[in-house]
Amino acid sequence: MKFGVVTFPGSNCDYDAYSAVKHVLGEDVEFLWHKTTDLLNSDVIILPGGFSYGDYLRSGAIAKFSPIMDSVIKFAISGGYVCGICNGFQVLTESGLLPGALIRNDHLRFSCKYVYLKVENNQTAYTSASKPGDVLKIPIAHGEGNYYNFEGDIKTLEDNGQIVYRYCDSEGNVTKESNPNGSINNIAGIINTEGNILGMMPHPERAVEPILGSVDGLKFFESLKLAFANLSIGG
Amino acid sequence: MSTQNKAVVYVRLKEGVLDPQGVTIHKSLQQMGYDDFVSVRSGKFFELEIKADAADMDKKIEEVSSKLLSNPVIENYTVEK
Repeated sequence: MKFGVVTFPGSNCDYDAYSAVKHVLGEDVEFLWHKTTDLLNSDVIILPGGFSYGDYLRSGAIAKFSPIMDSVIKFAISGGYVCGICNGFQVLTESGLLPGALIRNDHLRFSCKYVYLKVENNQTAYTSASKPGDVLKIPIAHGEGNYYNFEGDIKTLEDNGQIVYRYCDSEGNVTKESNPNGSINNIAGIINTEGNILGMMPHPERAVEPILGSVDGLKFFESLKLAFANLSIGG
Repeated sequence: MSTQNKAVVYVRLKEGVLDPQGVTIHKSLQQMGYDDFVSVRSGKFFELEIKADAADMDKKIEEVSSKLLSNPVIENYTVEK
């Protein structure tokens, strides 16, 4: 199994993601430079956190037109696994690969802290190592993570189980107080209906070793490993 | 003689989309004592300089406005020439 981590100018979590995959998960991984178009036979593409193209215009707005994204979009549409973390989530919504938009945090401040996430849907390739309702301690670091979408589209996401993670307290209660940015319905991560494209604001790659303060982010990477092991057994 | 045309694209958040910046500016106005201002919505504008002999310019301005300058999920735009 092989991961590809895209590096845009301004990405700053690409090395974290690379290290989590290579040194902690123990899987093959390569960087994919934004000016290239070859995904190097990656099974999973990670669009990492950071400030691609300086967040100019809107977060993720310029990155969607980079050469590598042509290939990533084609890969995603044909069923390839693509996940966007933080700025990567913003790139996915800007590209139209995931619905909605990420707007300025309701309190206008950049938020960098550990939060708790409730796993709402564990029937995905990204969450299968968790049980439904599991609470994960994972950090956020963003100024524009306030998930917005129209009422009808939110209902569709809810009805389809596309809301994968929600902000909650340490006991798993989804409360207003545990919402760090004003996201509708405490949404922290969503997936497309086909289940191959996931976007999330929190950073699992920053919570994979005890020294980092939490290892709960490993669930994310282990789920993918599990999903691909099952795929290869199942043919 | 001018060899370029100009257009201004105004991008605004759609009605109903939270504008935390506008809300904060409004609060500040209230603190300053300007309580006649009922609300503030922020936005942005882009000044485009265009080759005078460009073909299909209106169409191209619409394209860049919807593809790049605005995000149709949360924003509307208007063009002024």
